[in-house]
Amino acid sequence: MNGPRASRHPAPRSAPAPGVAEARRASWAVGLAVAAYGVSFGALAVASGLDVWQACVLSLVMFSGGSQFALIGVLASGGAAAGPAAIAGAALLGLRNGLYAIRVSPIVGAGFWRRLLAGHLTIDESTAVATAQATPEGQRAGFWWTGWIIFLGWNLMTLLGALLGDLLGDVSAYGLDAAAAAAFLGLVWPRLRALQPVAVAVGAAVVAAATIPVLPAGVPVILAALVAVVVGPLDLLGRPVAAPIEHHADVPPAPDAGEADR
Amino acid sequence: MTLWQIILLASIAVLALKLLGYLVPPSVLEKPAAGRTAQLTTVALLAALIVVQTVSTGQSLVLDARLPAVVVAAALLALRAPFILVILAAALTAAALRALGWAA
Repeated sequence: MNGPRASRHPAPRSAPAPGVAEARRASWAVGLAVAAYGVSFGALAVASGLDVWQACVLSLVMFSGGSQFALIGVLASGGAAAGPAAIAGAALLGLRNGLYAIRVSPIVGAGFWRRLLAGHLTIDESTAVATAQATPEGQRAGFWWTGWIIFLGWNLMTLLGALLGDLLGDVSAYGLDAAAAAAFLGLVWPRLRALQPVAVAVGAAVVAAATIPVLPAGVPVILAALVAVVVGPLDLLGRPVAAPIEHHADVPPAPDAGEADR
Repeated sequence: MTLWQIILLASIAVLALKLLGYLVPPSVLEKPAAGRTAQLTTVALLAALIVVQTVSTGQSLVLDARLPAVVVAAALLALRAPFILVILAAALTAAALRALGWAA
């Protein structure tokens, strides 16, 4: 693969579209860190009473880390009798993927099978990497690369964790749980350049922290997303600094839009 | 319910929720307000996920090695460190604090 410096002498046919190289780099960084965490899922799944096949089917078909951990968490404490609660918990945590799908739907491209596959690969990380890219080509590359890297890695590591289980010990000793949080922080960081997204991020963080102890797992994240649904349509706290100025530079601010007094 | 039934039902539910979002026509996002809201929703979800991943275990708030690790990550991001370095530093911080017995 060509390094970034090779593009100084671009060969017209093989030159990647703008933003694709950056998207791939982000995909690998996020993908490897997150996929590695699959080992912890595999080990925990077996510890909660699932067999190796069941652990692997969860990673293959459910493919949503939060939902998978929620499911085995409930099963570990309540066994098969807790089935309905376990299903409800997993579905609740999976709800946000449906919201992501709306967001990445225009990014992934056309065609029934492609969109079906995209649906399966729609998770926190593929959405986050895709939407963090500046160009449409980069967004598309970010979605697919991250989705595939994590899908393959997550399933491989699930199998490994389920087979090795106790041999690996407690995977939190390797700090992988902190790595996942850091990956999300790295993805949201570039967006925090204007007052509006910063306010939304802080508001969402406060809502999530305040409701974690009182609401079922999964609900705080959904509730926090409502902060954006309140701020967005009303355009509270003004336009981001990076508003599309170029082609509006000669248009005076509309007096009734509240732009004039900013 | 058997374990297999639970696993398959839950997997289908989670997958169906993902696919449901693709039934919303993309033109919905073309209005500025909707586009802005979609962008902000990603920010809100990520912020909430960071909090959940950093300070909670199940339904309880837990302060352990994850918080200092995320603070280290934030400091490195502020210094414009590369993404992979940020993630590695966070993992190493948490692992080191736990190995030293300074944090759970």
